[in-house]
Formats: sequence, C-alpha cells, structure tokens
Amino acid sequence: MASTAAVPFWRSAGMTYITYSNICANLVRNCLKEPYKSEAISREKVHFSVTKWADGKPQKPTIRSDSPEE
Amino acid sequence: MFRQAASRLLTRSTTTLRRLYSTEVATDASSGDAAFVEAWKKVAPNIDPPKTPIQFMEPRPPTPSTLPSKLTVNFVLPYAAELSKAEVDMVIVPATTGQMGILPGHVPTIAELKPGLLSVHEGNDVKKYFISSGFAFVHSNSYADILAVEAVPLDRIDPAQVQKGLSEFTQKLNSASTDLDKAEAQIGVDVHSALNSALTG
Repeated sequence: MASTAAVPFWRSAGMTYITYSNICANLVRNCLKEPYKSEAISREKVHFSVTKWADGKPQKPTIRSDSPEE
Repeated sequence: MFRQAASRLLTRSTTTLRRLYSTEVATDASSGDAAFVEAWKKVAPNIDPPKTPIQFMEPRPPTPSTLPSKLTVNFVLPYAAELSKAEVDMVIVPATTGQMGILPGHVPTIAELKPGLLSVHEGNDVKKYFISSGFAFVHSNSYADILAVEAVPLDRIDPAQVQKGLSEFTQKLNSASTDLDKAEAQIGVDVHSALNSALTG
C-alpha cells in the first residue's frame, strides 16, 4: 500500500524535521530586538567534545563549540 | 473463499476481546504494582516495599462527562514553560493546514505547527506569540499541549531585520542551485513572510 501523503518540500530535498525546525528557530532568533536577541543566542550556545571509536579504542576527540576559544 | 472470510470475521468479532486503549486503562497506581508487592513480602516481610516509579506519577486527568467550560493549556518551550495548566477560553494555533481554533471539547488532535501566530484568548484578553515551529496535541479531557521551539511575544520582533531577511532570502531563492539550497531559501522566505504578516496583521 503506497502512502499518498504529500511530502513537505524540505523532506523531499533531503532535510529532516529537526533540521527544518532548528533552521526556523534560528531565523526567528535572528529577528529579535536587543537584549532578547543576545539572550536567545547565548542560551542556545553549545560546547561539546566528540570522540569517535575504532577497534574498541577511542580516536582523538574533537571539540565543537560556539564559545570563542581561550 | 469469500464465504469462509465472512464467517471468520463474524466469529472474530464475537469471541475475542478488544484490547483496551491507554485512556481506558485504570491509572490509579497509588497502591503500587500488586505482583511486585506480593513478591517483596515473601522475601522481606518486615520491610516496607519501596515505591515504584508509577506511584510518583500524577494520574492523567479524567475525561469529564459534560463539556468543560475552559480549555487547560500547557504551552511549553525547551527552556521554559510559557503557560502551565492555564485555564483559557480558546487558543488559535498556526497548524500546517491553516489557523486552527481549539475550544474546550475539541476532538483529540495532533497538529504539526508552521511558523506563525499563536493567540491565547482568555475573556477579553488576547495574548499573541510568534512560534517558529512545533506541535499541538489536544486530548479528550480538554487539555491542549502546545510545544514550540521558539515563541516570542510580537513586541520583541525587530521589523527592520524581518524586511532585511525577507529580501535576502528571496534573492537566495532566485539564485539557488541545489535542492538543499532551494529548500533552505524557501524556509527563509516562509519564516520571514510569516513574521511580516504577524507584525502587520
């Protein structure tokens, strides 16, 4: 039974819902007035380290961050 | 072959029990999981059995038999609860299928939201928010859960930025080459035009 639901344009372009939702949220945050804009941007900053594993051993971790490096 | 199917259907409906929906299962778990308590008492009869997670949960508010007069709204964002169990008269949400009004006694619905205006009507007050995207769930007991990623009151939006963004993305849409670029530019145009109409309308 083929599903006949209409696919949203972003889904047919290969984007997932979360990516779409995050892009919308970022655009809205960019259109805010100060000081709300800086509050919103600082609230959404992330800082994390990713470690890929191969053969049961951790490889070099990469740090992904929105805050400026010291 | 079809006669067999018909008779099989008949027997299926009369003999097998229908499984209960989650809204019909008893939610009173204050006494705890009976099987667990029994097993505990066999092993440690002098110690009180510990509470299980279900005893810490509030039971789902029951569906009233008469139409309730107010809608209870939980309007939440990832970082804060804008409205928590607020009793209101009506909520208008920007669903992908258009502006949808939710009144007490609305049929249970799950609606995906598009960037647009959300208005909460309480008596004569109307509070408006611009939502970036999210979902709205309406339950049978006249509870509405509205989940949004970003929701801002209209006075926090900068019209100059909106115009700039709109022209920028319209330009990008015209010059976009790959599918992904086109999709991103289209999203930009949609969001900014929704912001624009929210500010002016």
